[in-house]
Amino acid sequence: MKITKVEALSKNANRIRQDLITAIYYAKSGHPGGSLSCSDILAVLYFNEMNINPLKPDDKSRDRFVLSKGHSAPALYATLAERGYFSKDDLITLRNIDSVFQGHPDMNKVPGIDMTTGSLGQGLSVANGMAIASKMDKMGYRVYCLVGDGELEEGQIWEAAMTSSKFNLDNLCVIVDCNELQLIGKTEEIKGLNAENIEQKFKSFGFNTKVIDGHNIEEIMQAFENATLTKGKPTAIIAKTVKGKGISFMENNPEWHGKALNDEEYKKAIEELNNI
Amino acid sequence: MEEKMIATRESFGNAINELKDENIVVLDADLSSATKTDLFQKENPDKFIEVGISEADMIGTAAGLATCGKIPFASTFAVFATGRVYDQIRSSIAYPKLNVKICGTHAGITVGEDGATHQMLEDINLMRGLPNMVVVSPSDDVETKALVKEIAKYQGPVYLRLARMETPVIYANDVKFEIGKAIQLGEGIDATVFATGVTVAEALKAQEELLKEGVDIRVVDVHTIKPIDKEMIVKCAKQTSILLSVEDHNVIGGLGSAIADVLAEEYPKKLIKLGINDCFGKSGKAMDLMKYFKIDSKSIEETIKEKLYINNKLK
Repeated sequence: MKITKVEALSKNANRIRQDLITAIYYAKSGHPGGSLSCSDILAVLYFNEMNINPLKPDDKSRDRFVLSKGHSAPALYATLAERGYFSKDDLITLRNIDSVFQGHPDMNKVPGIDMTTGSLGQGLSVANGMAIASKMDKMGYRVYCLVGDGELEEGQIWEAAMTSSKFNLDNLCVIVDCNELQLIGKTEEIKGLNAENIEQKFKSFGFNTKVIDGHNIEEIMQAFENATLTKGKPTAIIAKTVKGKGISFMENNPEWHGKALNDEEYKKAIEELNNI
Repeated sequence: MEEKMIATRESFGNAINELKDENIVVLDADLSSATKTDLFQKENPDKFIEVGISEADMIGTAAGLATCGKIPFASTFAVFATGRVYDQIRSSIAYPKLNVKICGTHAGITVGEDGATHQMLEDINLMRGLPNMVVVSPSDDVETKALVKEIAKYQGPVYLRLARMETPVIYANDVKFEIGKAIQLGEGIDATVFATGVTVAEALKAQEELLKEGVDIRVVDVHTIKPIDKEMIVKCAKQTSILLSVEDHNVIGGLGSAIADVLAEEYPKKLIKLGINDCFGKSGKAMDLMKYFKIDSKSIEETIKEKLYINNKLK
C-alpha cells in the first residue's frame, strides 16, 4: 500500500506533526523542533519509499530505517502509528514510566523500530552494517539513515562515511535533516556547517549527493528515486528544512529544540497545523 | 602442564577460523595481523570486514550487522575495543542487547614494550559495569578455543579479553568449559588463589612451589568475570582460610572487585587483591612487568607465605 499522491503524503505529514506535538504536550518534555523538521521526510519514507509491512515489522527482507538523530523519536513514533504499526492512542504515553515510547527510540520496545539510538553520531555506522548484511545475503533491501546537520559534528559520522563509500553501499541512503540549528545556536556559527558545504563534504567522501527542499514532497520523492537508481556509490540527500516547521512560533527558533508546549501554545499549534 | 606456549590472541585467531555458523562475520580496525584475525580473513574474505583505523565505526557497523542476524566478532586491541568506544558499546550494543562479540587482544601490562597507552588495565571494570554484557577472560589455548565456541552460540553481547604474552597450555583437550562456571584446580585448603587470563599460569606455578614446602593451595580459574560464579567463590571462602585474587588489571573494578562484591553480600571475608594498584603501566618485557607489578608466581607465593606466617601455619 504505497501512497503516490503528493497531497495525500502532505496530509500524512501534517497528521504526524499534530500527533507528535500532542505526544510532547502530554509528556511535558521532548524535542519538537527537530521532530517537525523531519516529518515530511518520514512521511515520504514510510508511505511511499520504503518496502515495509506494518503487519510484519521483523520481516527479514524489509527496508531498514535508522533514526540517528534519536531525539526526533516523537516524529518516528507518530509516523509508525500513522502507518499502522500500533494504535495512535498510546502516543500520549510518550516518556511515561510505564510507556514503551522512551525518550529515544528503543528497538526492543516498539515494533517497527530497526535500531536503538540516542547518542549522536552512531547511526550511520549501524546503517552501514545493515547495508553490508543486505549485500552479503543478497537480500536486496535498502537502508535509510536520517542524521541531523548538527550531528555531523560527531567524528564517527565521517568514519562511517568512508566505510559507506569504500563498500560501495548503493543500497544506503543518508538523509541530512538540515535545519541549520542545534541546541545552543546555528550550525554555521558553532562548527561552520551549512547545506552547501555539507554537500561538498559528502561528495568528497564519495557519495552521490543532492540538495533538496526537505518540505517539498515531490522533491523528496524524486531524490529517493534518484538514490535508488544510483549504482556503485551511496547517496546523501541534504534536505534543507525548517526547525519547528508548521508552527509559527517554533520555526527557526532554537529555543524549541527540546521544550514542551503549555496549554495555550498547544492550542495555537494545533490550530495552525489544522489550517495548513 | 605441557611445555607448549601460545598466546590467547593466537588461540582466538585459530578458534574463530574453525567456527561453523555461516552467520559469523569478523570485523577489524587495521590490526588483523596482531589480533590474528588475518587467518579468518584469508579463508573467509567475503565475511571479513576491514573498516580501517576507526574503532567507533567498527562497533556501530557490528551492531548493524547483528540487527540483520549476523554474529559479528569485532576485534582490536583491548584499549581501543573498550575504552575508546565505551559509549558506542553502551548505546549501540549493550542497551539493545545485540549479538556482538567484542574481542580485545593485548589486554593488561603483559602487552609489554608498547607501554602505558597500550596496556589496558580498566577494560574489565568498564565492561562488567554494563548491563547485558558478559565478560570472558580465558587463560590458555584450550580454554580460549572452547569459550570462543561457547560465546558464538550464546545470544547477546560478550566482551572477550585476550593476551599478547605467550602462556603455557593448562588444560587437556577434553575439559568442558561453560560460560559463568569457574574451574577449580587442586583441592588445597590452605588458600584459594582466584586468577584470570595470564595470571592463572602464574598461580599454578605458585601452587607447585608452595606444595614443595608443604603448603597446599587451590587455584580457581575465573574465566568468566560476569556473570561471576558465586557458588564457587562462597564454597572456597568456606573451605579455605586465605583468599587471594590476582589479575593483570587495575585492582579497582576487576576480578578482585567482582569477587569482593560476592563476598560482601554472601560470605564476608578478607580478600587480598593482587593487581595493578590504581596506576598506569610502563614499557618493559612482559615477564619483568609481571614481577614489577607483583602479579607473578613469586609474588603470589610470598603473599601466601607471609599470610600463613602471620597465621602461624608456617614455621
